[in-house]
Amino acid sequence: MKPIETNQEYSDYVNKKSPDSPILKNCLNAFWVGGLICTIGQFIMNFCQYKGMEQTQASTVVSIVLVACAAILTGLNIFNKIGKFAGAGSLIPITGFANSIVSPAIEYKSEGYVMGVGGKMFTVAGPVLVYGISTSVIIGMIAVLFGA
Amino acid sequence: MGFLQSIDWMQILRCFVVGGIICVIGQILIDKTKLTPARILVIYVTAGAILGGLGIYKYLIDFAGAGATVPLTGFGANLAKGAIEEVKTSGLLGAFVGGVKVSAGGIAAAVFFGYIASLLAKPKIKKQ
Repeated sequence: MKPIETNQEYSDYVNKKSPDSPILKNCLNAFWVGGLICTIGQFIMNFCQYKGMEQTQASTVVSIVLVACAAILTGLNIFNKIGKFAGAGSLIPITGFANSIVSPAIEYKSEGYVMGVGGKMFTVAGPVLVYGISTSVIIGMIAVLFGA
Repeated sequence: MGFLQSIDWMQILRCFVVGGIICVIGQILIDKTKLTPARILVIYVTAGAILGGLGIYKYLIDFAGAGATVPLTGFGANLAKGAIEEVKTSGLLGAFVGGVKVSAGGIAAAVFFGYIASLLAKPKIKKQ
């Protein structure tokens, strides 16, 4: 191999050795996995409505089923593999919320069932609930003020 | 199969595309910023609640169905919608009751199944 002498040669060498930014591939994987999870949810919702449920109830059933599946898959260590592949594709749907509860709970199991499992479950889900619920209370108060 | 015939396939396509795009935005945030996943989830739920409160997110749900409700923005929008609807019937009390009331199923399921799954799973041995 010939020695590197100029800056130009060096930057060419670095560009050749470092892999292409994987952002496009990540986005593509996030797109189809995320889309697929939502589509599974849509099928569950359609099925519930076909069985005569109203939309709000059907959407609650969708959340419960997806959350249960994600929790079980996390417990079996399958969800983490999907997450590595899909990134935001499995994080952003409600499955990611369930995963964020189960993952730390398993990891801190050795610290006991109360503060370990019971406490660490909310490492990520806690902030989500704090900000989500607080925002909804503020919005409710604004609705009271403006007589919505 | 009456069920399969009842499905609106264009609606499924809209659901897939919108759900996918919402996830891609999250992926761009992961790759292009230093935001941790926890912060991204918080941003999503808060943004969803604000869009829901402004009455904008409703249109996305009408358009894409589960493509809009399954991502965490949908959880936020649902919290806001519940709070506003409950305010209409019980005033200020509704601001506190409404949001959690409509999201109770998802939250309880996450806590319950999360707990059960953690009990059954074995902790991984950390690789050095």
